[in-house]
Amino acid sequence: MDNKSIKKLYNLINIESKKLKNKINLMEVCGTHTMAISRFGIRSQLPPKVNLISGPGCPVCVTPVSEIDKILEISEKENVIITTFGDMMRVPGTFSSLEEKKAKGKDIRVVYSPIDALEIAKKNPDKKVVFLGVGFETTAPSVALTLKQAKKQKIKNFFILSFFKIIIPPMIALCMDKKLKLNGFICPGHVSAITGAKIYKILTRKYKIPCVVIGFEETDILTGIYMLLKQINNNKPEVEIQYKRVVTYQGNLIAQKILKEVFKKIDSIWRGIGEIKKSGLALSKKYSQFDAEKIFSFDISYSKEKKGCRCGDVLKGIIKPVQCPLYKKKCTPEKPVGACMVSSEGTCAAYYKYGEK
Amino acid sequence: MEDIITVAHGSGGKIARKLIENYIKKYFLCPELKTLEDGAIIKINSKKAVLTTDSFVITPYFFSGGDIGKLSICGTVNDLTAMGAEPLYLTCGFILEEGLKIANFIKILKSMKKTAKQAGVKIVAGDTKVVPKSKGDGIYINTTGYGELIDENLKISVLNAKPGNVVIITGNIGDHEIAILKDREGLKFSADIKSDCAPLNNMIKKLIKNKIRINVMRDPTRGGVAGVLNEIAKSSNVDIEIYEEKLPINKVVIAASSMMGFEPLFLANEGKMIIILEDKDAEKALKILRKSNLGKNSAIIGYCKKGNGIVKIKTKTGGMRILLQPEREQLPRIC
Amino acid sequence: MCLGIPAKIEKIEGDFAIADFNGIKRQISIQLTPDIKVNEYCLVHAGFAIEKITKDYAEEIKRYLKEIFKETENG
Repeated sequence: MDNKSIKKLYNLINIESKKLKNKINLMEVCGTHTMAISRFGIRSQLPPKVNLISGPGCPVCVTPVSEIDKILEISEKENVIITTFGDMMRVPGTFSSLEEKKAKGKDIRVVYSPIDALEIAKKNPDKKVVFLGVGFETTAPSVALTLKQAKKQKIKNFFILSFFKIIIPPMIALCMDKKLKLNGFICPGHVSAITGAKIYKILTRKYKIPCVVIGFEETDILTGIYMLLKQINNNKPEVEIQYKRVVTYQGNLIAQKILKEVFKKIDSIWRGIGEIKKSGLALSKKYSQFDAEKIFSFDISYSKEKKGCRCGDVLKGIIKPVQCPLYKKKCTPEKPVGACMVSSEGTCAAYYKYGEK
Repeated sequence: MEDIITVAHGSGGKIARKLIENYIKKYFLCPELKTLEDGAIIKINSKKAVLTTDSFVITPYFFSGGDIGKLSICGTVNDLTAMGAEPLYLTCGFILEEGLKIANFIKILKSMKKTAKQAGVKIVAGDTKVVPKSKGDGIYINTTGYGELIDENLKISVLNAKPGNVVIITGNIGDHEIAILKDREGLKFSADIKSDCAPLNNMIKKLIKNKIRINVMRDPTRGGVAGVLNEIAKSSNVDIEIYEEKLPINKVVIAASSMMGFEPLFLANEGKMIIILEDKDAEKALKILRKSNLGKNSAIIGYCKKGNGIVKIKTKTGGMRILLQPEREQLPRIC
Repeated sequence: MCLGIPAKIEKIEGDFAIADFNGIKRQISIQLTPDIKVNEYCLVHAGFAIEKITKDYAEEIKRYLKEIFKETENG
């Protein structure tokens, strides 16, 4: 987009920010937003009254160590192929990571799509192929459809270890957190494509926090921030969609239906945040034959989060990465301690990569 | 049965001799190699010489735009070139995996011969070892290169970037790594993209012969442009500022990068040079580079400034961010 | 949290389609966007089209910028 429009948008934000009574906190929930905001250098160009904090929307970051330990245990079993998105390869469990297991000769493969994992299962009928299901509502339907296909084709050696999570429960938890003073949500663009913007209604109605679903271009983000400022100044919290070229109020109804069919909501642990009621997705009864949790047995009583790591406070937006004692010292992208540094879209990795303060 | 490499080919016996006589010697024949001694006698003038070595491991070993053989010549030739040297002699060591098809080995040898000829270097010594099946990826190659400085007055070193110097890249960024990923099993995408793998010595020699005052040269292979610029900035203790809009990148590389979540400036190149030179010579250098087919997309991408080793990139819309050294190989991601 | 890349549908084969990501071609699933047609655009995540993009991408950005600038000039 042209320079002139960007300058104009910053100017509009500036003018609107002058009307603010206090300093405000806007949370970008989604890690891809964190990355984009860092890449475009937006934080440094916003007026001092507008503070952007990063939230829990990176699936790698919120997956607890105990879950990572489960997949690491599976990788040790005989005749198993682990398939995963590249994102999960370097996430440390208590003692190891998938990358380390691969280096030690375990069959671990990075795929771009769960469909590719199913293909691997078809080509290796004598092996159990496990796909590591991480992500939010954007990714879960792709796995749901892959399972539907596996069922139709009567594939017996394909399994899912489901760590899927849904985004609204932690957003509500954050609204209720007294330590945080949130004034607006930059709502995730691609989750909303599936769920529709309707899911944020509860946040504006019950918690009076403005919500705007925003795209990922620089002009998208700036326009969205401007829309949030206007809502705050007019004191009229509502759900708005800036990212109209992709997101509707209702969302993708086919995807919503298949999510209901293949998954069920369960209580789930978020790294650094703790357990949140009905915030995770496990395979429904109808699909339990594909559930790796049921096929394999684990003993993960040794699982332990790393000491000193403040991922939890970073994920909640209570501290910025630089305020964590491990950041850039013990914890770097090369040797990450906490998950926020592992995922390239993790808050710490994004800050590190783009040298933000 | 198809001809394949067996452990016998690495035994030192008759079969091994045949492999050398029939294939390796056939393709690399020159007076220095002819008698197959333990070493080659080469003529060294009183000139300052440059020596370098590099090993090549790549999957798949045939890829769009090249193969491991071509790569093994280009890599070492370009390392010598980056020192301001004229590459003259190479040695090559092969580690072959049992089961490698002889036909594929010949294809690789032919490709090495062709590339060596293009670069004007002789392959004068070599070695072959065979490892048991599943102990290698078909073929590994090591090449050692000998070259002589073209202009002894030119001090090309990673320590020599100075404030005010101009940063040039000799063409599009990231083609090699994206081409390799495309040809690798797994990601299943197709695209019109080839590795940029090429020997750069002839093109760079023209710059030196034309008295272009080059201060630093580096080929941005693994670690990409970001890796090389960070090394230079730190070693020379200058800041380097580059401009996103000036970066020459093929649109396919941009598309692949956004699809898999890659930073193009971290991607490996095998036929590009980063040149840091006096600003007064920049336009002239650009003109010379662009005349060559390998340098037709050359561009000035930034400048060195007084500072303390930081690389910054100015985004298309005026934002400024720090460009860090890549930590390690990038993996395709969905987040 | 999720990369979504726009792509153009080139060819449809049942539940799948060949999509063009600005020069990169790959097979994707179109089960979540069953009424998509050849030459239409969609947003792809992990090999699945998750939503049709109904309007021209660049055009929409231009349009909303125009709207917002106009609105502020009048206001």
